[in-house]
Amino acid sequence: MTTAGLTAPTMVKAIAAQGVTHVVTLPDSETNFMYDNMTESGMEVVQIAREGEAIAIAAGLWIANQKPAIMIQNSGLFESGDALRGLGIGIDLPLVMFIGYRGYTRHGDTPDSAAQFLEPFLHTWQTPYWIVETDEELDRIALAFETAAETSKPVAVLIGAEYVSV
Amino acid sequence: MIEYQDVAAAIQRDRGDAVVVSAMTQTRFWKEASDRPELDIPTNNSMGKVSSIALGIALGAPTRKVIAMDGDGSLIMNLGSLITVGNKSPKNLVHVVYDNGVYAITGGQPIAGAGVIDWPAIAMGSGYKAAYSFEDTEEMATEMPRIMAEDGPILVRIKVKPVITTNLGVIQTWESNAVMPRQMRSVKAHLAGS
Repeated sequence: MTTAGLTAPTMVKAIAAQGVTHVVTLPDSETNFMYDNMTESGMEVVQIAREGEAIAIAAGLWIANQKPAIMIQNSGLFESGDALRGLGIGIDLPLVMFIGYRGYTRHGDTPDSAAQFLEPFLHTWQTPYWIVETDEELDRIALAFETAAETSKPVAVLIGAEYVSV
Repeated sequence: MIEYQDVAAAIQRDRGDAVVVSAMTQTRFWKEASDRPELDIPTNNSMGKVSSIALGIALGAPTRKVIAMDGDGSLIMNLGSLITVGNKSPKNLVHVVYDNGVYAITGGQPIAGAGVIDWPAIAMGSGYKAAYSFEDTEEMATEMPRIMAEDGPILVRIKVKPVITTNLGVIQTWESNAVMPRQMRSVKAHLAGS
Protein backbone atom coordinates (compact mmCIF):
# COMPACT_ATOMS: atom_id res chain seq x y z
CA MET A 1 0.00 0.00 0.00
CA THR A 2 1.30 3.42 -0.84
CA THR A 3 1.57 5.78 2.12
CA ALA A 4 1.54 9.53 2.13
CA GLY A 5 4.49 9.80 4.49
CA LEU A 6 7.07 8.00 6.55
CA THR A 7 6.28 5.03 8.75
CA ALA A 8 8.46 4.23 11.71
CA PRO A 9 8.97 0.48 11.21
CA THR A 10 9.95 0.96 7.56
CA MET A 11 12.29 3.84 8.29
CA VAL A 12 14.02 2.06 11.18
CA LYS A 13 14.32 -1.11 9.13
CA ALA A 14 16.02 0.86 6.35
CA ILE A 15 18.54 2.29 8.82
CA ALA A 16 19.24 -1.04 10.50
CA ALA A 17 19.70 -2.66 7.09
CA GLN A 18 22.83 -0.53 6.66
CA GLY A 19 24.49 -2.31 9.57
CA VAL A 20 24.11 0.58 12.00
CA THR A 21 25.10 -0.51 15.51
CA HIS A 22 24.32 2.64 17.51
CA VAL A 23 21.95 5.59 17.05
CA VAL A 24 23.08 8.65 19.00
CA THR A 25 20.00 10.76 19.41
CA LEU A 26 18.00 13.48 21.08
CA PRO A 27 14.31 13.07 20.21
CA ASP A 28 12.73 15.90 18.24
CA SER A 29 9.36 16.64 16.72
CA GLU A 30 10.31 15.23 13.30
CA THR A 31 12.07 12.00 14.29
CA ASN A 32 10.40 11.08 17.60
CA PHE A 33 8.07 8.62 15.86
CA MET A 34 10.99 6.24 15.41
CA TYR A 35 12.14 6.13 19.02
CA ASP A 36 10.20 3.07 20.18
CA ASN A 37 11.06 1.16 17.02
CA MET A 38 14.74 2.01 17.39
CA THR A 39 14.90 0.68 20.94
CA GLU A 40 13.38 -2.58 19.68
CA SER A 41 15.48 -2.81 16.53
CA GLY A 42 18.68 -4.26 17.93
CA MET A 43 20.51 -0.99 17.35
CA GLU A 44 21.75 0.51 20.61
CA VAL A 45 20.22 3.90 21.34
CA VAL A 46 22.56 6.42 22.97
CA GLN A 47 20.51 9.26 24.42
CA ILE A 48 22.29 12.58 24.73
CA ALA A 49 21.63 15.67 26.80
CA ARG A 50 22.46 18.16 24.02
CA GLU A 51 23.09 17.68 20.34
CA GLY A 52 26.67 18.94 20.44
CA GLU A 53 27.68 15.64 22.02
CA ALA A 54 26.40 13.52 19.14
CA ILE A 55 29.22 13.71 16.59
CA ALA A 56 31.90 13.31 19.27
CA ILE A 57 30.25 10.16 20.64
CA ALA A 58 29.84 8.86 17.11
CA ALA A 59 33.54 9.50 16.47
CA GLY A 60 34.40 7.44 19.55
CA LEU A 61 32.15 4.61 18.43
CA TRP A 62 33.76 4.67 15.00
CA ILE A 63 37.22 4.49 16.60
CA ALA A 64 35.94 1.39 18.42
CA ASN A 65 35.01 -0.07 15.00
CA GLN A 66 31.26 0.33 15.41
CA LYS A 67 28.93 1.85 12.81
CA PRO A 68 27.02 4.72 14.44
CA ALA A 69 24.45 7.12 13.02
CA ILE A 70 23.14 10.25 14.69
CA MET A 71 19.59 11.55 14.75
CA ILE A 72 18.98 15.14 15.84
CA GLN A 73 16.94 18.19 14.81
CA ASN A 74 18.21 20.94 12.53
CA SER A 75 18.39 23.33 15.49
CA GLY A 76 20.68 20.81 17.18
CA LEU A 77 22.84 20.51 14.08
CA PHE A 78 23.61 24.20 14.41
CA GLU A 79 24.65 23.50 18.01
CA SER A 80 26.91 20.77 16.59
CA GLY A 81 28.64 23.00 14.06
CA ASP A 82 32.08 22.97 15.66
CA ALA A 83 31.96 19.21 16.21
CA LEU A 84 30.98 18.69 12.56
CA ARG A 85 33.96 20.82 11.54
CA GLY A 86 36.55 19.34 13.87
CA LEU A 87 35.39 15.80 14.58
CA GLY A 88 33.34 15.04 11.48
CA ILE A 89 34.98 16.64 8.47
CA GLY A 90 38.28 17.11 10.30
CA ILE A 91 38.91 13.44 10.97
CA ASP A 92 37.27 12.12 7.77
CA LEU A 93 34.46 10.48 9.71
CA PRO A 94 32.08 8.45 7.54
CA LEU A 95 28.85 9.32 9.32
CA VAL A 96 25.21 9.54 8.29
CA MET A 97 23.37 12.26 10.20
CA PHE A 98 19.57 12.00 10.27
CA ILE A 99 18.32 15.55 10.72
CA GLY A 100 14.76 16.50 11.58
CA TYR A 101 13.85 19.28 9.15
CA ARG A 102 11.85 21.51 11.49
CA GLY A 103 9.96 24.18 9.58
CA TYR A 104 10.07 22.39 6.21
CA THR A 105 7.09 23.42 4.08
CA ARG A 106 7.93 21.84 0.70
CA HIS A 107 7.29 25.12 -1.07
CA GLY A 108 10.24 27.15 0.13
CA ASP A 109 8.69 29.93 2.16
CA THR A 110 8.95 29.26 5.89
CA PRO A 111 8.90 31.48 8.95
CA ASP A 112 11.18 29.06 10.83
CA SER A 113 14.82 30.16 10.75
CA ALA A 114 15.90 26.61 11.62
CA ALA A 115 14.54 25.62 8.22
CA GLN A 116 15.78 28.75 6.42
CA PHE A 117 19.39 28.12 7.42
CA LEU A 118 19.58 24.31 7.25
CA GLU A 119 20.43 23.78 3.61
CA PRO A 120 22.76 26.83 3.40
CA PHE A 121 24.50 25.48 6.52
CA LEU A 122 25.06 22.08 4.93
CA HIS A 123 26.35 23.69 1.74
CA THR A 124 28.76 25.82 3.77
CA TRP A 125 30.06 22.73 5.58
CA GLN A 126 30.30 21.02 2.18
CA THR A 127 28.09 18.23 3.45
CA PRO A 128 25.96 16.32 0.91
CA TYR A 129 22.36 15.66 1.86
CA TRP A 130 19.17 13.96 0.75
CA ILE A 131 15.61 14.83 1.76
CA VAL A 132 13.27 11.97 2.68
CA GLU A 133 9.54 12.60 2.96
CA THR A 134 7.91 9.24 2.25
CA ASP A 135 8.59 5.55 2.56
CA GLU A 136 8.95 5.44 -1.20
CA GLU A 137 12.10 7.57 -0.91
CA LEU A 138 13.92 5.42 1.63
CA ASP A 139 16.38 4.16 -0.98
CA ARG A 140 18.07 7.52 -0.43
CA ILE A 141 19.21 6.20 2.95
CA ALA A 142 21.29 3.51 1.29
CA LEU A 143 22.71 6.16 -1.05
CA ALA A 144 23.67 8.31 1.92
CA PHE A 145 25.53 5.46 3.59
CA GLU A 146 27.29 4.61 0.33
CA THR A 147 28.40 8.22 -0.09
CA ALA A 148 29.62 8.51 3.51
CA ALA A 149 31.69 5.37 3.06
CA GLU A 150 33.07 6.34 -0.35
CA THR A 151 34.02 9.88 0.66
CA SER A 152 34.82 9.14 4.31
CA LYS A 153 32.92 12.27 5.28
CA PRO A 154 29.68 13.10 7.09
CA VAL A 155 26.51 13.27 5.01
CA ALA A 156 22.94 14.14 6.01
CA VAL A 157 19.48 12.68 5.49
CA LEU A 158 16.86 15.34 6.17
CA ILE A 159 13.56 14.06 7.56
CA GLY A 160 11.18 16.35 5.77
CA ALA A 161 7.77 15.05 6.72
CA GLU A 162 5.64 14.23 9.66
CA TYR A 163 5.04 10.55 10.16
CA VAL A 164 2.05 8.40 9.32
CA SER A 165 0.71 6.38 12.21
CA VAL A 166 0.40 2.65 11.52
CA MET B 1 48.09 21.09 44.65
CA ILE B 2 49.44 18.31 42.49
CA GLU B 3 51.84 18.64 39.57
CA TYR B 4 50.68 17.50 36.12
CA GLN B 5 53.62 15.16 35.74
CA ASP B 6 52.76 13.41 39.01
CA VAL B 7 49.23 12.73 37.77
CA ALA B 8 50.61 11.37 34.52
CA ALA B 9 53.06 9.11 36.37
CA ALA B 10 50.33 7.75 38.66
CA ILE B 11 48.00 6.95 35.76
CA GLN B 12 50.76 5.46 33.61
CA ARG B 13 51.70 3.04 36.40
CA ASP B 14 48.26 1.39 36.29
CA ARG B 15 47.29 2.21 32.73
CA GLY B 16 47.77 -1.28 31.28
CA ASP B 17 46.37 -1.32 27.74
CA ALA B 18 43.83 1.42 28.34
CA VAL B 19 42.97 3.88 25.59
CA VAL B 20 43.70 7.44 26.77
CA VAL B 21 41.88 10.47 25.37
CA SER B 22 43.45 13.74 26.54
CA ALA B 23 42.82 17.47 26.27
CA MET B 24 45.18 20.38 25.87
CA THR B 25 47.69 20.76 28.74
CA GLN B 26 47.10 17.19 29.91
CA THR B 27 48.46 16.01 26.56
CA ARG B 28 51.72 17.93 27.07
CA PHE B 29 52.52 15.94 30.18
CA TRP B 30 50.87 12.65 29.26
CA LYS B 31 52.91 12.18 26.09
CA GLU B 32 56.09 12.33 28.21
CA ALA B 33 54.79 9.59 30.52
CA SER B 34 52.89 7.27 28.18
CA ASP B 35 54.50 3.99 27.19
CA ARG B 36 51.68 3.08 24.78
CA PRO B 37 51.49 6.05 22.39
CA GLU B 38 49.65 3.92 19.85
CA LEU B 39 46.71 3.92 22.28
CA ASP B 40 46.72 7.67 22.95
CA ILE B 41 44.38 10.21 21.39
CA PRO B 42 45.45 13.80 22.02
CA THR B 43 42.52 15.99 21.10
CA ASN B 44 42.52 19.34 19.45
CA ASN B 45 39.87 20.72 17.13
CA SER B 46 37.33 19.24 19.53
CA MET B 47 36.59 21.87 22.16
CA GLY B 48 35.16 20.27 25.30
CA LYS B 49 34.54 16.89 23.73
CA VAL B 50 37.05 14.62 25.52
CA SER B 51 34.34 13.04 27.66
CA SER B 52 32.09 12.38 24.65
CA ILE B 53 34.83 10.84 22.50
CA ALA B 54 35.89 8.64 25.41
CA LEU B 55 32.29 7.60 26.04
CA GLY B 56 31.90 6.50 22.43
CA ILE B 57 35.04 4.38 22.60
CA ALA B 58 34.00 2.91 25.94
CA LEU B 59 30.58 1.91 24.60
CA GLY B 60 32.02 0.49 21.40
CA ALA B 61 34.84 -1.44 23.07
CA PRO B 62 33.30 -2.48 26.41
CA THR B 63 36.11 -4.82 27.42
CA ARG B 64 38.78 -2.13 27.01
CA LYS B 65 39.53 0.40 29.76
CA VAL B 66 39.18 3.99 28.54
CA ILE B 67 40.66 6.94 30.42
CA ALA B 68 39.44 10.46 29.69
CA MET B 69 41.95 13.15 30.74
CA ASP B 70 39.63 16.13 30.86
CA GLY B 71 40.11 19.69 32.03
CA ASP B 72 37.74 21.65 34.23
CA GLY B 73 37.46 24.39 31.61
CA SER B 74 36.90 21.76 28.94
CA LEU B 75 34.25 19.88 30.87
CA ILE B 76 32.14 22.92 31.73
CA MET B 77 31.75 23.38 27.97
CA ASN B 78 30.12 19.95 27.77
CA LEU B 79 28.62 19.50 31.22
CA GLY B 80 25.62 17.60 29.92
CA SER B 81 27.98 14.82 28.88
CA LEU B 82 28.15 13.80 32.54
CA ILE B 83 24.45 12.95 32.38
CA THR B 84 24.99 11.04 29.14
CA VAL B 85 27.85 9.07 30.68
CA GLY B 86 25.86 8.37 33.85
CA ASN B 87 22.87 7.22 31.80
CA LYS B 88 24.88 4.70 29.75
CA SER B 89 27.07 3.82 32.74
CA PRO B 90 30.03 2.18 30.99
CA LYS B 91 31.99 0.08 33.47
CA ASN B 92 35.22 0.64 31.58
CA LEU B 93 35.38 4.44 31.75
CA VAL B 94 37.58 6.44 34.13
CA HIS B 95 37.03 10.18 33.81
CA VAL B 96 39.90 12.22 35.25
CA VAL B 97 39.20 15.93 35.66
CA TYR B 98 42.28 18.13 36.03
CA ASP B 99 41.02 21.04 38.13
CA ASN B 100 43.32 24.04 37.76
CA GLY B 101 40.59 26.68 37.89
CA VAL B 102 41.89 28.56 34.86
CA TYR B 103 42.11 28.58 31.10
CA ALA B 104 45.83 27.83 31.03
CA ILE B 105 46.33 28.09 27.28
CA THR B 106 44.85 31.58 27.07
CA GLY B 107 46.99 33.04 29.81
CA GLY B 108 45.36 31.89 33.03
CA GLN B 109 42.00 33.63 33.19
CA PRO B 110 39.68 31.96 35.75
CA ILE B 111 37.00 29.61 34.48
CA ALA B 112 33.39 30.19 35.48
CA GLY B 113 32.83 28.44 38.78
CA ALA B 114 36.52 28.22 39.72
CA GLY B 115 36.84 27.19 43.34
CA VAL B 116 33.12 26.54 43.61
CA ILE B 117 32.40 23.54 41.38
CA ASP B 118 32.01 20.29 43.32
CA TRP B 119 33.00 17.75 40.67
CA PRO B 120 32.41 14.58 42.72
CA ALA B 121 28.96 15.81 43.73
CA ILE B 122 28.02 16.60 40.13
CA ALA B 123 29.32 13.22 38.95
CA MET B 124 27.45 11.26 41.61
CA GLY B 125 24.33 13.29 40.92
CA SER B 126 24.68 12.36 37.25
CA GLY B 127 24.82 8.61 37.80
CA TYR B 128 28.54 7.87 38.06
CA LYS B 129 29.29 4.82 40.19
CA ALA B 130 32.00 6.52 42.21
CA ALA B 131 33.84 9.82 42.44
CA TYR B 132 37.03 10.87 44.18
CA SER B 133 38.91 14.09 44.83
CA PHE B 134 42.61 14.56 45.47
CA GLU B 135 44.70 17.58 46.42
CA ASP B 136 47.66 15.68 47.85
CA THR B 137 50.17 13.90 45.62
CA GLU B 138 50.94 11.02 47.96
CA GLU B 139 47.30 10.28 48.68
CA MET B 140 46.51 10.31 44.95
CA ALA B 141 49.40 8.00 44.13
CA THR B 142 48.38 5.61 46.90
CA GLU B 143 44.71 5.45 45.95
CA MET B 144 45.00 5.41 42.16
CA PRO B 145 45.72 1.67 41.74
CA ARG B 146 42.57 0.73 43.60
CA ILE B 147 40.49 3.29 41.72
CA MET B 148 41.77 2.17 38.32
CA ALA B 149 40.66 -1.38 39.11
CA GLU B 150 37.09 -0.40 40.02
CA ASP B 151 34.06 -0.65 37.77
CA GLY B 152 33.03 2.69 36.32
CA PRO B 153 32.03 5.11 35.35
CA ILE B 154 34.33 6.80 37.84
CA LEU B 155 35.22 10.48 38.08
CA VAL B 156 38.53 11.46 39.64
CA ARG B 157 38.94 15.17 40.31
CA ILE B 158 42.56 16.20 40.83
CA LYS B 159 43.51 19.68 41.97
CA VAL B 160 46.53 20.50 39.84
CA LYS B 161 48.96 23.39 39.91
CA PRO B 162 48.23 25.52 36.83
CA VAL B 163 50.82 25.55 34.09
CA ILE B 164 50.08 28.80 32.32
CA THR B 165 50.95 29.18 28.67
CA THR B 166 52.91 32.40 28.25
CA ASN B 167 53.58 32.08 24.54
CA LEU B 168 50.02 32.93 23.59
CA GLY B 169 48.42 32.36 20.26
CA VAL B 170 47.26 29.16 18.65
CA ILE B 171 50.07 27.69 16.61
CA GLN B 172 48.69 25.27 14.05
CA THR B 173 50.49 23.54 11.25
CA TRP B 174 49.34 20.91 8.77
CA GLU B 175 51.40 18.43 10.74
CA SER B 176 50.00 19.39 14.14
CA ASN B 177 46.47 19.20 12.80
CA ALA B 178 47.14 15.71 11.44
CA VAL B 179 48.05 14.26 14.85
CA MET B 180 44.55 13.73 16.25
CA PRO B 181 43.11 12.01 13.13
CA ARG B 182 46.24 9.88 12.83
CA GLN B 183 46.07 8.78 16.46
CA MET B 184 42.36 8.02 16.15
CA ARG B 185 43.16 5.66 13.28
CA SER B 186 46.01 4.14 15.26
CA VAL B 187 43.64 3.31 18.11
CA LYS B 188 40.98 2.13 15.67
CA ALA B 189 43.43 -0.26 14.02
CA HIS B 190 44.68 -1.50 17.35
CA LEU B 191 41.15 -2.16 18.64
CA ALA B 192 40.25 -3.94 15.40
CA GLY B 193 43.15 -6.30 15.84
CA SER B 194 42.60 -7.06 19.48
